[in-house]
Amino acid sequence: MRIPCPVCGPRSVSEFTYEGDATVTRPALDADADAWFAAVYQRANPRGPHSELWHHMGGCRSIIRVERDTGTHAITGASLVSPHEASE
Amino acid sequence: MRYSLSSLIANTLNGHKSWPVAWRKAEPRPAYDAIIVGGGGHGLATAYYLAKEHGLTNVAVLEKGWLASGNIGRNTTIIRSNYMLPGNTHFYEWSLKLWETLSRELNFNAMVSQRGVINLAHTPAQLDAYARRGNAMRLAGVDAELLDRAELARRVPGLDLSDGARFPVLGGICQPRGGTVRHDAVAWGYARAADRLGVDIIENCAVTGFTFDGDRVSGVETTRGAIAAKKVGVAVAGSTSEVMRLAGFDRLPIESHVLQAFVSEGLKPFLDTVVTFGAGHLYISQSDKGGLVFGGDIDGYNSYAQRGNLPVVEDVAATACAMFPSLSRLRLLRSWGGIMDMSMDGSPIIDRTPKPGLYLNAGWCYGGFKATPASGWCFAHTIAKDEPHPLNAAFSLDRFRTGALLDERGAGATPRLH
Ligand SMILES: Cc1cc2nc3c(=O)[nH]c(=O)nc-3n(C[C@H](O)[C@H](O)[C@H](O)COP(=O)(O)OP(=O)(O)OC[C@H]3O[C@@H](n4cnc5c(N)ncnc54)[C@H](O)[C@@H]3O)c2cc1C
Repeated sequence: MRIPCPVCGPRSVSEFTYEGDATVTRPALDADADAWFAAVYQRANPRGPHSELWHHMGGCRSIIRVERDTGTHAITGASLVSPHEASE
Repeated sequence: MRYSLSSLIANTLNGHKSWPVAWRKAEPRPAYDAIIVGGGGHGLATAYYLAKEHGLTNVAVLEKGWLASGNIGRNTTIIRSNYMLPGNTHFYEWSLKLWETLSRELNFNAMVSQRGVINLAHTPAQLDAYARRGNAMRLAGVDAELLDRAELARRVPGLDLSDGARFPVLGGICQPRGGTVRHDAVAWGYARAADRLGVDIIENCAVTGFTFDGDRVSGVETTRGAIAAKKVGVAVAGSTSEVMRLAGFDRLPIESHVLQAFVSEGLKPFLDTVVTFGAGHLYISQSDKGGLVFGGDIDGYNSYAQRGNLPVVEDVAATACAMFPSLSRLRLLRSWGGIMDMSMDGSPIIDRTPKPGLYLNAGWCYGGFKATPASGWCFAHTIAKDEPHPLNAAFSLDRFRTGALLDERGAGATPRLH
């Protein structure tokens, strides 16, 4: 599997670290325990289109949002996550 | 027919023409007392123990493909009970005890081989951690012994024990009662024994929906029509999220990941125990046909494709050669993948769900094969009595909400690391 890094171009999956479901957002610090439980532990885990984060550790070190099909590994999009978004 | 020496002789003289079928090809009936979704090891074992231990024989197992087409027929066949947390130790030890008598219990040779499982240590800290684990195991009544290098050299002749090894080996820990079991015989044995007790095993029957009466489950919809049931137990391993979504559970503490396994061309006897690498991840044993059976890490990203990628193949092969340099010219015969239900703390779930009558068995990560007998035994108890047995009480679905996690590895909510 190759991931099309927006900075470096298509690179082997072995250069990247997987950071999981990109649709999960971190709750506000004062959010209740249920909101934290949902963000930390609960996943949709679909078979099919999946938005996910990859960290290009062995390359430009950018965090990338990749649109990939979990049934076929077909990748239909990859974009840089803005520093603001990544730190959220 | 009971399998025995006399039935073997009689059938041999007869040219093997009159062996009866091992289990009926059952057609779905309109209603059952209980339905088990998933004809893998755990589903079949659950049906067997429902019938055997709880007298519930009006039961069907619904399997989407053919029997044992999932992880039960894809794993590297290792069994052990070398855990440290009490919630895990007693459960896996019960499983090992059930393995020890399984072939007799099922009247089917599962080829349970207690050849020992050895974990290698490569640093003094790791050896200390193994001593601690071994002590915890022995306190719980589980067998464990520490091995020094001389003993390792005696037991595992091919292992590189030189100081020049990439990660020199300092010692190891062994669970002598651990070992391997012929995985598909486990599925066939449970299927045949459950069938003989009256359970319907229905292949090529995928569950496509659930029906409810209010909140209470009333049955399932399948590719072979609707079937009513008072109780439904779901044991579909890697497909857990997809199947439970059909019952209204949009999110669960589970990610599906692919794990690969490998088998080499046949060799003369080379390795008569199971060995695992401690400075990376690799487990290896030799099958009775002579092939080396081994595996390593999961690929590490959500996947429902039952095949993996090449970097893991390379990594696993390199690790095997670091341990056993003499394997470097060995050829691989086959590799394949299976979809693991990776839970958020690395431990399984065997529990009721918020919907009455619906039960969940999932989250087995890499290690569900060794759990097969106890998982079925405990899931059957949970379904029959509508409450968990003390052995699976810690495997609750709501522990992620309450914080009573069972994180043996201490890796946190990162499924790819468990
Ligand atoms: C490569 C590999 C190596 C492994 N090595 C080991 C090991 O050495 N030791 C160990 O302890 N564990 C190991 N495991 C883990 C172990 O195999 C699994 O945890 C265990 O088999 C899972 O339980 P099961 O047998 O019930 O799963 P499965 O056999 O996968 O059963 C689930 C069944 O559900 C069916 N299903 C799915 N959706 C539906 C539906 N909608 N309707 C009906 N049926 C459905 C599937 O077709 C499947 O047959 C390994 C796994 C893999 C993939």
